[in-house]
Amino acid sequence: MTSTLPAWFTARQESAKTRYESTPTPKRGDEQWRFANIKQLKFDNLSGEANEADHSDLISRSTGVETPAAKFVFLNDAVISSETSLPEGVICLPLAEALEKHSDLVEQHFMKQESRLGSAKYAALHEASVKNGLFVHIPDNTEVEDTIEVHHWISGETTVFPHTLIVTGKSSKVRVIDIFRSADDSTPGLTIGYKDLYAGQNSSLDYIAIQALNEVSRMIAIKETSTARDSRSRAFILNTGAAWARNESMSRLEGPGAHSDMLSVSIPDHEQEFDQRTFQHHVSPNTNSDLLYKNTLYGHSKTIFSGLISVNEKAHHTDAYQTCRNLLMTDDCEANSMPGLEINADQVACSHGSTSAQIADEEIFYLQARGIAPDQARQLIARGYSIEAVMRLKNEKTEALVLKFIDEKFSRIAIGGV
Amino acid sequence: MPFRVHSLSNFLHMSLHIQDLHASLENGTEILRGVTLEIPAGEIHAIMGPNGSGKSTLSKVIASHKSYLPTAGKITMDGKDISEMSIDERSRAGIFLAFQYPNEVPGVSNANFIRAALQSRLPKGQDIDAVGYYKSLYEKMDLLEMDRKFTARAVNEGFSGGEKKRNEILQMMMLDPKYCIMDETDSGLDIDALKIVAKGVNAMRSPDRGMLLITHYQRLLDYIKPDHVHVMSEGRIVKSGGPELALELEEKGYDFLKEPALA
Repeated sequence: MTSTLPAWFTARQESAKTRYESTPTPKRGDEQWRFANIKQLKFDNLSGEANEADHSDLISRSTGVETPAAKFVFLNDAVISSETSLPEGVICLPLAEALEKHSDLVEQHFMKQESRLGSAKYAALHEASVKNGLFVHIPDNTEVEDTIEVHHWISGETTVFPHTLIVTGKSSKVRVIDIFRSADDSTPGLTIGYKDLYAGQNSSLDYIAIQALNEVSRMIAIKETSTARDSRSRAFILNTGAAWARNESMSRLEGPGAHSDMLSVSIPDHEQEFDQRTFQHHVSPNTNSDLLYKNTLYGHSKTIFSGLISVNEKAHHTDAYQTCRNLLMTDDCEANSMPGLEINADQVACSHGSTSAQIADEEIFYLQARGIAPDQARQLIARGYSIEAVMRLKNEKTEALVLKFIDEKFSRIAIGGV
Repeated sequence: MPFRVHSLSNFLHMSLHIQDLHASLENGTEILRGVTLEIPAGEIHAIMGPNGSGKSTLSKVIASHKSYLPTAGKITMDGKDISEMSIDERSRAGIFLAFQYPNEVPGVSNANFIRAALQSRLPKGQDIDAVGYYKSLYEKMDLLEMDRKFTARAVNEGFSGGEKKRNEILQMMMLDPKYCIMDETDSGLDIDALKIVAKGVNAMRSPDRGMLLITHYQRLLDYIKPDHVHVMSEGRIVKSGGPELALELEEKGYDFLKEPALA
């Protein structure tokens, strides 16, 4: 990744650097940063030192689904382990390598969209700084049954810029899981990640991001999903770690019959803050999008959900749903929801709703009447609450992996005695 | 045989004993106005009574529901006062309440729910034997004619009324309590479902177990034969007798309770 970067890429990095510098930092009062803690955007570790870490330790901790189709382990954006057993024709390479070997293919898809949900400055920073990530290209009529799994470790008070670019050809299928973790529990790292997801015609693209960083780290994750005619994209986010995480998820439905599922489970505790902005953009008629975000808040934590469904003028027969549900486990947590609709077409079925609730005494009573202690009863109910979104992954191994991270979080909460 | 069991139970105070129990709603309205009732191990008692008589409240107070404040009297189990015990402690000690309206628990499978309940009875660090657990669960589900798919379904979510009641009995069979309180387990059941539920309850009859059936209708008692029948009205037990009392109530209706001779 040193000398042979294509010219188009270096040119884009240079212009992105200028754009980053000229774009103002978000400030209080910006609509797209409403309720957000702007102080989190003071990044002291942009030029921080990366730490080396014990590779074999990290590799052994990089467990994911049973029998992955491919498995990559990154430490601070450098590959430390990889193994693949993928069908012929599938390209699945570290981005740095793909830039050398498949420069044209990468160029066709790399960061084509203007960032619209508030983090244009950080998208530019990512573009200017990105060194690596994963490039996945599935040829037409090729199905990858097992999961491509990517472990991203960050070590040191540094910043990483992991990029995930997935392109599915006609009638193809793939599932990719990114897992973001810190090498230790006490070093504050910063991750500015970007995901470009292109579901080609009649294809199926599943993308799962598991954010389980240590609780002093921060993350910005920007995702651009494009779903073509008769294809189905499914994007899932799990937030258990980080002091602060901001997810901006854009989903464009760009052909009749396109379907997009946008799913998320967040379980913040202590002072953790998860800020999620979404955009369901119905460009074509006869498209369908379904968003379900479920937050379970403990301690003094805070969530922000701001979602917009936008239906273009000619996008008739759109079905669009948006649901954000918050389960408040303490009196001190704070859930903010800002759902929105913008409809410019006819015969559209749209609904959006958000709720915030505590567990009802009656529910606890039922579990307690079976001998289950109140704390455990609350946790069983909270876990069950998250499962609705997890089950929509429709893949047992993936669901099991996501639940493993959810259970780890709940056991930390139980020990923390919140 | 029952005779011997009785005397043994009495000697060891093996009973659920409710003594002059008073309980009120948070707003001060008194619902139970001095209930006294002893259910010895080995016996089945039934409480009948009109709506609003306090039957369901009694079951909830025994389980320690926090909407009702006990204001006087006490409840002992095998001689031990349980008044200070929490809901889950009472359950683990051996009291089971089959709910009239069982709650749904989204995202928690039936198998995991019952397992968590059993696990709560074990000392820390000790785990349920999974193989033995499923064997026992399936046996009981077969008896209650429940499809195996119920193990994976979320607790009571989308269950019909009858399925929920069967699920309560399944939990009761799995937890193997000393004292079972069934709150209108027969309501909302068709005759076939009622027979299945009764089969489960009858299978649990044991010299070591006491049962209290709370019901509105005599019909349930055709399938589960009680040893004693009590009539509750306005927060008190106003009449007690044998199984024939249920038939008398069925025939005459609850109005006959209002006759002064009964007071």
